[in-house]
Amino acid sequence: MRLLFGSLFALIVAAVVGLGATYLALTRGAAFGPLTIGSWTAWPKTGTVDADPYAKASIARIGRLPTALGDGVAFTASTDDNGRPLDGRCDVVLAGVTPAARFWTLTLYNTAGELIGNSINRFGFTSQEIVRHADGSFEIVVAPRANPGNWLPTGGIERYILVLRLYDTAVGVATKAGREVPMPSVTIRSCP
Amino acid sequence: MIRWLLLALGGAVLGGIVHLATIMILPRTATQDAYSRLARAAAVNTVTELKAPTPDAAPMPFMDPAFANAVCRYDLSQGPLKLSVPVSLAYTSVSFYTRYDVAYYAINDRAAGRRVIELELMTVDQHNQMPEDEDITAADRLIVESPTITGLIAIRALAPEPGLMPMAKRAIAAAKCVHAE
Repeated sequence: MRLLFGSLFALIVAAVVGLGATYLALTRGAAFGPLTIGSWTAWPKTGTVDADPYAKASIARIGRLPTALGDGVAFTASTDDNGRPLDGRCDVVLAGVTPAARFWTLTLYNTAGELIGNSINRFGFTSQEIVRHADGSFEIVVAPRANPGNWLPTGGIERYILVLRLYDTAVGVATKAGREVPMPSVTIRSCP
Repeated sequence: MIRWLLLALGGAVLGGIVHLATIMILPRTATQDAYSRLARAAAVNTVTELKAPTPDAAPMPFMDPAFANAVCRYDLSQGPLKLSVPVSLAYTSVSFYTRYDVAYYAINDRAAGRRVIELELMTVDQHNQMPEDEDITAADRLIVESPTITGLIAIRALAPEPGLMPMAKRAIAAAKCVHAE
């Protein structure tokens, strides 16, 4: 009887630990070799044959095609620079410049990776659509209500993810976070 | 007490094995991965245009709405494939994925350096069996080796502003993916 309870206990511990760790790894999007700059994170290695098992599992679960490294690099942000989650009811300002790339696009998704419906059918920006300052830097306001300048509507959803994709860029597996890879700052300006 | 601690420790070690095994097996059992999603919509060895993602429906999550997209779901069991993609005015890229959605190669219009991205896709075996002909080993012939027999080619053209989407779509529509003779 003691043996039965003992092995049952060990098996339950195994199931909880094993499946719990798998669930956590997949929902947090864990993979090796992240490149973090401010609140932006990219996994350049995920777009190569050297993608680790965690990256492969999370890609299969989400059902997306990763951006291949020869194509570009995708940076995601789900918090501001102070670690506060991005809330669609707040005004969030992206300011600064991006690393050198032939083109970049910025897209807003909900946490499931779907686009958010809005009155002007704008789901993001490309590098050519942006209105810039004289020095080449830009400012994008991510907010539920219309704003002057580069306005990216949130549709008022609670949580969203920003994805900044650099196409044809030198940023890759060997890139270290630092001065040569500037990413726009993410600041929550005001919350209702 | 010590007995239960030992059992918990053993359970945790076993749990680590369960964790690693589930992570390794997951891509092979997933039914909603990108390849499976697109397999329903895309025929084998032809270029299929993908609908632009909208808030209501999208072929896959996390698609870039600024791009016109097409896929060629390939099966190399009958021989190598020839792929040709005319480049659009802005940015065109071709990315190769294995059956399990691992990106193994990508090329863009600038790297290709001409008006049409042309390449041949074959398995490692098919590449090895190719006769070592002077013409065939010519440097201008771009050969890509696929690690798996089946897989996906994603063909994408950027519309830098919404008004240029028809231009990007036209470039994609002229892409071809056919059996090499």
